Amino acid sequence: MKRVVTGAHYGLRDWLAQRITAVIMAVYSVIAVAVLLTNRPITYAVWRDLFEQGWMRVATLLFALSLVWHAWVGVRDILMDYIKPDGLRLSLQVGALLVIAAYLGWTIQILWR
Amino acid sequence: MSEAAVKTAARKPRPKYLSLQALLFEIRLPVPGWVSILHRISGALLFAALAWLLWMLDRSLSSEAAFDRLRHYAGLAPVKLALLVLVWAYCHHFCAGIRYLFLDLDKGVDKETARLTSWIVLGASLALTAAFGWRLW
Repeated sequence: MKRVVTGAHYGLRDWLAQRITAVIMAVYSVIAVAVLLTNRPITYAVWRDLFEQGWMRVATLLFALSLVWHAWVGVRDILMDYIKPDGLRLSLQVGALLVIAAYLGWTIQILWR
Repeated sequence: MSEAAVKTAARKPRPKYLSLQALLFEIRLPVPGWVSILHRISGALLFAALAWLLWMLDRSLSSEAAFDRLRHYAGLAPVKLALLVLVWAYCHHFCAGIRYLFLDLDKGVDKETARLTSWIVLGASLALTAAFGWRLW
């Protein structure tokens, strides 16, 4: 069996994760739009109060977790399709993972400041 | 297939490789293909814009003054345009994604339905973008 540096039994798990995280984000999006449309006009006070509620912070964190996992699968697929040299692809994948982890940290910082 | 057709088919230069020339002038992508490549492009756009979007979320929640500055910033024509593109990217990724979830469940996989739902995805995401754009500004 031919072994590839950047591939090992992540197929089904990531395929499924991409779909589950998509559903979580879709549900969040619909709720978020509904909440924003019913609270118009969106002033700073409305916006801040919304993000001070525990459920909103936790829901947004779940959205962010879904987004980073979903984005990772997507970015990995794109890199696997277009970047052929193994070393370059692996470097870009590691770079993408670091950026994604940083975004997640930043999101937590924004939500619980 | 008739014998003549087999001979014609055999005379075509094969294999045919993808080239920029072929992609631009020879291959006409069917609608589901457009939905597919736009799904990828919109996803890549959204990922590329994530830092900017997070920065805006950060500013919007930091103080009332920063919130007002951001509101002014979002009103600038180039920023507004970029945001509108991202709103479209989100709507398209959302609509096309729902279509793919149904395709995963083996719903709507025959050619006619697949083409119809592709048009619906393209139209719905543009309509949603217009609605949100109109609502927001």
